[in-house]
Formats: sequence, structure tokens, C-alpha cells
Amino acid sequence: MRRIITAVVQNQSGVLNRITGMLNKRQFNIESISVGTSETEGISKMTFVVDVSDQQKLEQLTKQLNKQIEVLKVSDITDKAIVARELALIKVGSNAQLRAEIQGIITPFRASIIDVSKESLAIQVTGKPDKIDALISLLKPYGIKELTRTGVTAFLRGQQPEQQVTEIHSFSI
Amino acid sequence: MKVKEKQAAFATDEKVNGADLFIKALVEENVDTVFGYPGGAVLPIYDALFRHEFPFEHILFRHEQGMIHAAEGYARVTGKPGVVIATSGPGATNLITGITDAMMDSLPLVVFTGQVSKSVIGTDAFQEADVMGITTPITKYNYQVQNIADLPATVSKAFHIATTGRPGPVLIDIPKNISQEMTAGDFDNKFTVPGYQPTMNPNPLQIRKLATALRNAKRPVLLAGAGVTIADGAHELKEFAEKYNIPVVNTLLGLGSFPGSNPLSLGMGGMHGTYAANMAMYEADLLINIGARFDDRLTGNTEHFAPNAKVAHIDIDPAEIGKIISTDIPVVADAKKALNALLSDENEQSNHNAWLEKLGANKKDYPLWYKHSEDKISPQWLIKQIHHASNGEAIVATDVGQHQMWAAQFYQFDKPHNWITSGGLGTMGFGLPAAVGAQIGRPDDTVVAILGDGGVQMTIQELAVLADKNLPVKVFIVNNEALGMVRQWQEKFHGERYSESLLTKNPDFVKLAEGFGVRGLKVEREEDVPELLEDIFSYDGPVVVDCRIDWKEKVFPMIAPGKGIHEMIGVEVEK
Repeated sequence: MRRIITAVVQNQSGVLNRITGMLNKRQFNIESISVGTSETEGISKMTFVVDVSDQQKLEQLTKQLNKQIEVLKVSDITDKAIVARELALIKVGSNAQLRAEIQGIITPFRASIIDVSKESLAIQVTGKPDKIDALISLLKPYGIKELTRTGVTAFLRGQQPEQQVTEIHSFSI
Repeated sequence: MKVKEKQAAFATDEKVNGADLFIKALVEENVDTVFGYPGGAVLPIYDALFRHEFPFEHILFRHEQGMIHAAEGYARVTGKPGVVIATSGPGATNLITGITDAMMDSLPLVVFTGQVSKSVIGTDAFQEADVMGITTPITKYNYQVQNIADLPATVSKAFHIATTGRPGPVLIDIPKNISQEMTAGDFDNKFTVPGYQPTMNPNPLQIRKLATALRNAKRPVLLAGAGVTIADGAHELKEFAEKYNIPVVNTLLGLGSFPGSNPLSLGMGGMHGTYAANMAMYEADLLINIGARFDDRLTGNTEHFAPNAKVAHIDIDPAEIGKIISTDIPVVADAKKALNALLSDENEQSNHNAWLEKLGANKKDYPLWYKHSEDKISPQWLIKQIHHASNGEAIVATDVGQHQMWAAQFYQFDKPHNWITSGGLGTMGFGLPAAVGAQIGRPDDTVVAILGDGGVQMTIQELAVLADKNLPVKVFIVNNEALGMVRQWQEKFHGERYSESLLTKNPDFVKLAEGFGVRGLKVEREEDVPELLEDIFSYDGPVVVDCRIDWKEKVFPMIAPGKGIHEMIGVEVEK
């Protein structure tokens, strides 16, 4: 099952290495990681998209993350009301004749063309991963020359329906 | 010097360097012993040690691997952190095995490594290694000092993290420019670790649940690991087991946390555990694990481990709970505090006399067994003789392999903190230096090292420390001229193809010991053993005894790889 996990960490040298090393050592399957600074100085936020086989493995993942000294808080936000976005840059083969056609395809996705050359176009798109997947599959026939994705970054919506957010503290039990 | 005087001695210095601050920080942590080895990147630190007239004992080992295992032995028997200083590059990389070993077996170590100066870090400078990168996965925490002002707080924080919660190794990498930098500053050693707050006290609701489960249990068993010893909870464990009449299985590392001679003790569980212990876990309807981590050498095939039991797991590390065995009643807490909570919770006795009778009969009918060898010494008998000659009160350190299992099976431990063995990592070469460290930490106790002829050769240079410091460790080499456990597996599971496991060209251990300035003896027949033991246990100095055993000896009973704990082989019925 695919889960979105966020971790609030102290921004110290080696922290990303420590966390990815642990995930690798314990054979967790990571689809994406995104890291950046947060609203508080010295604190960074990481968003992981992971594919775990069962609840037990998921519990291990959050506990092992929590065990890292620099990790302050771990939350599994998959089942919450969240805003999740990723950015993709897609370079597709194109010439003058095709440009308008491609423009027509990307418009409903609110994607934009950010670079044009004689033989290619660079498209920028943001959104949920499935939206980006859909656009990529539509663009495939034109020939994708280069593709880069940032991975998902996410947080909770301002208002949550009824039940509260579960924060998985190291002392949850 | 008393600690106060030592601190005063530092206060008079006007301008100091980073190394001075470092030594002062160790003094403030009440360090009494450091296991170290000098080198280029730590020259300023060794100079400061000299200038301050060694405010604590510094023991020079002969190899960094030896000294870190010694620090582990010291930590295991004293409960205090083992402090290690090594130089950059090879000095640091030689520590890797010991750091990993300490991580696996939850031993508090504070390791300081020198590093090349900041200006050349990353340039492949002489004796530079990426120690931070290498040690990240094998330490509880590691940190490279970037600023001289951070040094005192970093040292303080390292001791805090290493010794609290689930103990473990912490490594601090100190670039040479930091230890050389002059400063007039007196920096604060206050620190905060917001992401690290170990849960000490159990959740009362979980304790209630556990008490209820115990009241309803017909076949309860306690599994006690090293967590009990580390938390100093052996006394509470005994009280709890006796109050509710619950039989106790010990893990390998947990030996001594419950008295082996107590009628409720079933001995060690797991691959080479007792039949009674393993069958108790197999048939239990309530298994209470206190401070053990369900290692695969304990559980065997997890499908058959405690299949009918409700599992309660008390551990200070939440990540251990549910990692291997799914748990019905999780309790995150310090073992001693959890036991105290259980003891203060008034609970009725469950009636499980039939269960106790059954386990008692198993214990009596299927004891650990051995046969006397015809012309050599039987190793199991030898361990029993060592137990007898040391009144069962010695600190015992072992290497890894057959002799380790025989020592675990036949040296009955009644007290905690007396058993030093490499459980998780299974490190050959661990035993001799660990015994040296134990003797340094507990100079008034008898320390016995039970080693194999293979493992002892991995760190035998540390005999030099025994001679140098005249540490009266009694070293027994259980010599079968083989890598016995490898050979046993080759005999049982690889068609007797003894691929590279026979050590037919061993050195003369007697001469070797004498070469180091240590008394060396050799014994080949059982009839000579009692007198020899009397001699060496009354001798005030280090001794090495080469004990010749039959190379065909095997460790039994055992759970074959992939099998369940109910499928032991080599179980003999007492006639």
C-alpha cells in the first residue's frame, strides 16, 4: 500500500543521509522523498511516498524514523484531508506544426510551456502524482526526451473532517 | 585527584586549546578510564592528557579493535559508558567492528575519533576517512564538531545519548584544527535534544492489561533479556517471578538477570537453549518478554514461536515491539520501572500448578548433557569445573562459537553484570579484550576469559595489556584445533566437507603467552584439571591455559536452521 509520511527534522548535516541509509538498510521501498526548509528556522520537513506491504511494516517504518535523534515528529497523513503536490518538467519532441496540438493537450492540466526550441518543448506541470502520470501518458506519443519529477510534498488542510490527526510519537503506546 | 580538584586545575589556565576543553569535558563527565591509541589527528589531545598529568586512567591497547572491545567489556560489567579515543583514518576504521557490536548489544560507548583539519577534509588527505559516513548506520548518534564553542556541549550530549534510553554507541569526530585552536572562552556544556525523549514509565493502562492477562493465564512464561540487567532490574524480576510463580527463560545476553539456580529458572532459550525453555515458550499461553528483542537465534522459525501465546513485550525501544513477533500487549518502558509497576499492581495469583509441574518434569527429564571424552577434556565438564573453582562468581567473557555456547549452558550465572558475550553481531576476537576491559572496570573481581583457538588469534596482541598492567585475567583457550561451530555446521548440514575450518597449524599458545610475559600452561587430561584450576585461581596474575578438547565435540541440543523451537535435535533423556 502506498502511504504518504511526513517527518519534521532538525536541519543538521548528515540528517538526510542518516534517514535514507536507515530506509535502505531496513529495505523500505521509497517512491519519492522531498526535503526543504519549513516555517521554523533550523527545522526541515521531509515528505516520503513509500510502498509498504502491510500495517506491521508501516508501523516499523514510522518507529524507525522516530528513533532517529534528529527526527522530531512523524505523521502518516495518507488518510487525512491533505494538499499534496509535485512538480514535473517534461521535454517532448515537437516542431512548429505540433506545438499547437500539444498546447491543446496540456491546457486542461493547467500545465505551461516554459521553453521552446526547434525540436522540443519543455512543459512544467504541478499537481497530484496521478494527474502528472496522466499528462505524461498523453505526451508519450510525441516522444519524451527528458523527464524529471520532484517527488510529492504535502501537508494537512487547514480543516480536518471530524477525527483528529494521529501523530505517531515515539511514545504512542 | 578528586573531581573537584581536577576541575580547579583546569580553571587556572588562562588560554587553552580545544584539546584542553575536551579533557576538561571528560573530567566533568566523571570519566575514570579511557581506552585509547594515539595518532596524528589526536596528537593535541594526547599532549593535553600529558600536560594535565592524566586526570583519568588511559589504557594503551595494541590495536584499536582490541580497545573498543575492552570498552564494551568495561561497559557491560560496570554499567558505565566505555570511553574510547582513536585517531583519524585507520584508527577510526579499526573501531568499526566494536561500534557495530555495541550497537547490536545496546552497550553505552562514547567514541572520540580524530579527524584531519577542516581545511583538508574532503581532499583525500593523509589518514582521512569519511568516518561520519561510515559510522552513521552503526551508531545511535554521531556528530562532527564544527566549532570549538560547541565542543563541551557536544561531549556532554554524547554521554547523555549513549547512556540513556536504550544504550548504544555515540561517536564524536573532532577535526585536528578544533583540538589545536586556542581560545579564552569558557563554553557552556548545556544542550537540548528535542527529538530524543526515551519513555521510562509504563502506561498504567498497559500494565493493567498485562496484569489481567497474567491473572487469566494457565501457562505463563517470562522471557528475560539484557534489558533487565541494563535497567538494574534483576532484583525486581526475581520478586515478580516468585510472587506469581512464573517460570523464567533467559536469552543469551540476559543470562544472570535471573538466578540460574532458582527453581523457576528454565535456563537459556533459543538455538542452543534447553529443551525445557524452548518447550515452555512453544506451549505458553502468555509470554511476557522483558528487555529482549526476539533475535532469530532465540525464536527459530517465527511461524512456530509461541504459536498459542498472547505476547506481552516490555521494551524501552518502541521500534523493537512488533518488529519480529506481533505483540498483543506492548509496554514501552524501562524494564525496572515496568516490573515495579507490575509489582505494585495488586493481582490475584493464577493457578497454574499443572504447568509448573510439567516444566519441572521437562527440566528434570531433558537436562543439558555431555559425554566424557576418552583421552581429552570434555569442554562442558571443563566449564563446570571453572564454575566450581571460581565459586560461580567470576565475570565470564567469551568469544563466539562452540565454547561460547558451552559457557552459556554450563557456567550457571546467579548474578547480573557478570556475563560478557557478543550476542547480536557474533564477533570473533571479542572475548580477550572484553575480559581485559572488565578486569579494568572491576579490579577486585575474578575475571575469566573462555575463548576458542580461532577467535583468540584475532586479538591475541592484547595479552600485552594483561602483562603491562598485571591484570589477573584467567584465559582459557578451549582448543579443538578448529573453527568449531563452522566445523559442526559443516558436519551436520554440509556433508562433513570441512572447508577451511580446521586449524592444524596453530601456534604454541604456551610459548606465545610467555612471549607476551604472561604465564602459559597447557592441559590435556581431565585428571589434571582440578589441581590446575586451584593453582591458577590462587595465582595473582594473568594466565593463559591451552585446554585440549576433542575436535569432534558438538554443541547440543540445537534447533536446526529454519526449524521451530519445538523441533530440537540432540535432546537426550535423563536415565
